[in-house]
Amino acid sequence: MNLLLRRLLGMIPTLAGVVIATFILTRLIPGDPAVFFTSNPTADAATVQAIREKLGLAEPLWKQFFIYVGQLLHGDLGNSITTGQPVARDMLRLLPASAELTFVAFALAVGIALPLGIAAALRPGSFVDHVSRLVSTAGVSLPTFVSGLLLIYFLYYLAGWAPEPIGRLDPFAIAPPTVTGFLLVDTLAAGDGAGFVSALRQLVLPSVTMAIFALAPLARMTRASMLGVLHSDFIRTARANGLGWRKIVFTYALRNAMLPIVTTLGLVFSYMLGANVLVERVFAWPGVGSYALNALLSLDYAPVQGFMLVMAAIFVLVNLLVDIAYTLLDPRAALLHHA
Amino acid sequence: MRERLALARYVLTENPVNLAALLLLAILLFSALLGPALVPYDPLATNTAIALNPPSAAHWFGTDQLGRDIFSRVVVATRIDLAIAFGAVLLSLSIGAMIGAAMGYFGGMLDRVGGRIVDVLMAFPLFALAMGVVAALGNSVSSVVYATAVINLPFYVRLARAEVSVRRGLGYVEAARIGGSSNLRILRVFLLPNILPTLVVQASVNLGWAVLNAAGLSFIGLGVRAPTPEWGIMVAEGAQFILSGRWWLAAFPGAALMLAVFCFNLLGDGLRDIVDPRSRT
Amino acid sequence: MSATAALLAIEDLTVTFRTRAGTVHALEGVSFAIAEGEILGIVGESGSGKSVTAYGILGLLDAAARVASGRVMFGGRDLLRLSQAQLSDLRGREISIVFQNPRTALNPIRPIGLQIADVIARHDPGPAATIREKVLAVLRQVRIPDPERRLAAVPYELSGGMCQRVGIAMALACAPRLLLADEPTTGLDVTTQAVIMDLVRDSVHQRGMSAVFITHDLALASEYCDRIVVMHAGHVVEDAPVRALFAQPRHPYTAKLLASVPSAVESVDALSPIDGALPDLRRDDLPACRFSERCERRRAACDEGPIRPAPCGPDHRVACKVPL
Repeated sequence: MNLLLRRLLGMIPTLAGVVIATFILTRLIPGDPAVFFTSNPTADAATVQAIREKLGLAEPLWKQFFIYVGQLLHGDLGNSITTGQPVARDMLRLLPASAELTFVAFALAVGIALPLGIAAALRPGSFVDHVSRLVSTAGVSLPTFVSGLLLIYFLYYLAGWAPEPIGRLDPFAIAPPTVTGFLLVDTLAAGDGAGFVSALRQLVLPSVTMAIFALAPLARMTRASMLGVLHSDFIRTARANGLGWRKIVFTYALRNAMLPIVTTLGLVFSYMLGANVLVERVFAWPGVGSYALNALLSLDYAPVQGFMLVMAAIFVLVNLLVDIAYTLLDPRAALLHHA
Repeated sequence: MRERLALARYVLTENPVNLAALLLLAILLFSALLGPALVPYDPLATNTAIALNPPSAAHWFGTDQLGRDIFSRVVVATRIDLAIAFGAVLLSLSIGAMIGAAMGYFGGMLDRVGGRIVDVLMAFPLFALAMGVVAALGNSVSSVVYATAVINLPFYVRLARAEVSVRRGLGYVEAARIGGSSNLRILRVFLLPNILPTLVVQASVNLGWAVLNAAGLSFIGLGVRAPTPEWGIMVAEGAQFILSGRWWLAAFPGAALMLAVFCFNLLGDGLRDIVDPRSRT
Repeated sequence: MSATAALLAIEDLTVTFRTRAGTVHALEGVSFAIAEGEILGIVGESGSGKSVTAYGILGLLDAAARVASGRVMFGGRDLLRLSQAQLSDLRGREISIVFQNPRTALNPIRPIGLQIADVIARHDPGPAATIREKVLAVLRQVRIPDPERRLAAVPYELSGGMCQRVGIAMALACAPRLLLADEPTTGLDVTTQAVIMDLVRDSVHQRGMSAVFITHDLALASEYCDRIVVMHAGHVVEDAPVRALFAQPRHPYTAKLLASVPSAVESVDALSPIDGALPDLRRDDLPACRFSERCERRRAACDEGPIRPAPCGPDHRVACKVPL
């Protein structure tokens, strides 16, 4: 518990840095910052002036910063010119789409990479080992958007298995009432079997695309870490005491090999947060990534800033979870200070 | 030196893949340097009459929606893609090395503050950060170079810092200090040259990553603009045609991209095997 | 010693290792036996094949190892012919081993109580409460104070000596008939060494077990072992009760070994190192007696192999054509 508190406190400087960085960014962007916070590019001078005063743009920079932080704490991320809505509301609406995609892709990547890496480590030089090495090398070389397009070409255009990549539901389906924003959950909650299937089918191609890139480092790290641990003295002791195969591989080897794997899991998840933008572009997925991107290309900057803030905050949170996982896995980690 | 060369020869012959990678690199560099002068068609010349033609004898990679020869465009694009990647990595490496070395050497406040800044930088997912940089600096090629450089910066800072921390207590540094060398001189003459090999290895591994980042950014519309031939843009333009089965617009630039990244990854691994065989996976 | 009284009998064991640098002839024609209730010491320089022999008994050799010939008879079965499943049943239950480097030999992040319980649960399953009692009992046996509190301790929190006691506890947990101890005291300070060895000896005597104590420390061997097998470069060169060996070594190598131990001589000037070095075991042209190239007593007969230990006194065997 004490440790949890310490970790939470450790998050604060980084979060503070993130806020400062995005603040600097808003002031660096060419143009009048007040304009971000209007909802209408043709707002008249009086409105703009009012906003300018609210933002305290006439004040010294440090005071502006405090006003900025105050706004953040109120959940005010500015307004999007293109949608006319507060950025915070837009992001809340669109976040579940990105989150659902990321979670499914993550689960897919872990579900394939971990067993693959373990199997490869247990049987060096075997077919499984070669497959694992191929996945690791090829996976890193394939750009996410290229693999996405390849999948669309082969599985949608040629084979006709995958549905048309136009978003989260096929055009004839009716969206279920929003409970969580996660279509897989909402369709089930509404008892909408057909909707569930449709949502699942639409998820396949984009999540596989994202998972492919994550597979490589995960499989490689799992294999390397397991191999290293399997050669340790304590594994030899376990064998010498006659312990069963399953016990040795899972309780002794895997548990001890998890540390670097968990680090890679954190890295992979954070990469996925970023790769969202690409995949959402390829598959016309209505998530926060495409939202921010469209805004950027239209010179609508408030959403971009909101996107950066939210993504960074999520990443810091994920890091915290990784840290906690560390200390649970390896009691020695508790003694080490954050580098 | 001779043993390094012998080791290099061993690494090349032991794994034929390394040789293939070198060959690929040669092809890439050739395309980048001499490509524009040797391609059969003007990469910018449009000819709507032959638009969207599949690969043929006249047009090896087919033509795009404006009738431009894709083969010529792919070859010419090599120059700009490699230039962005190399530029970004060079920038990252030099600035990162200096900052990291200073942090590792002087320690104290500089180290703590620097560490925090690096943490903050790493907290922003790749593309989010790149988008932010492009927003601030405008949508141009140089922004993309800076954005890619910023994304990669933390790795070099951390590596340089670690390497210098390890070396700063070593004998020859102490001797230099006692001999009256200034800190700057010690950093410049003794430390930086010694950590360079490790950093260069990291850079070669990073180059593939940098190419991917740059292409990804252009894919989403940042940096390079049409009609400039660049692999990312070409894939983006070709993406819409995949749905109607015209695969060649996106496939060839995509393949070029893959080959380039693959080549750099292999080279990076090979280089690492030569410089530090212990870290082979 | 008659074969019928032997608990474990190794007959003509020959082991090679395939490496990138060639085939290493690690063991050749190794034969000796361990009686019930006996503490056997195996002594020799580093690289003499002591650990390889121990690992060979339990089938723990590296994947690169090849057992070219030989038998390891235990309980009427040849251990080298057992399946993996049978071996797994045997290890920890009938024959146990304690390793060098107690810290790395234990799982660094798993509480020691659980590690010992794992071994007990494997060979002697039962309700958790019973297993816990057994764990506590064996911890008390190795004289770890306050065992209830120590159950949750993790190896990195414990001293080297404590870790080794845990290692011994794990080995004794299922009351094996034979304990192999591969340099269990190397790396520990002298006081702890004595304590550990006393522990091993007392456990062995109390339970009527046998033990094999592998070491390069002759002084320790002389103090705790009943018999000693001297190994050199993969060969057994001498095999005798401890008094006889020290009083009258018959093999030139044994004599030199004894003369090079500080405690055996009165002054440093009298110390005599052994000339030369161990032969490179990767050679294909290894001589019949692997000590002959360093030996002053070498004759033509020494090149006619194989040279196997032959009786030269009551219960005393030596592998030498020109014994002392």
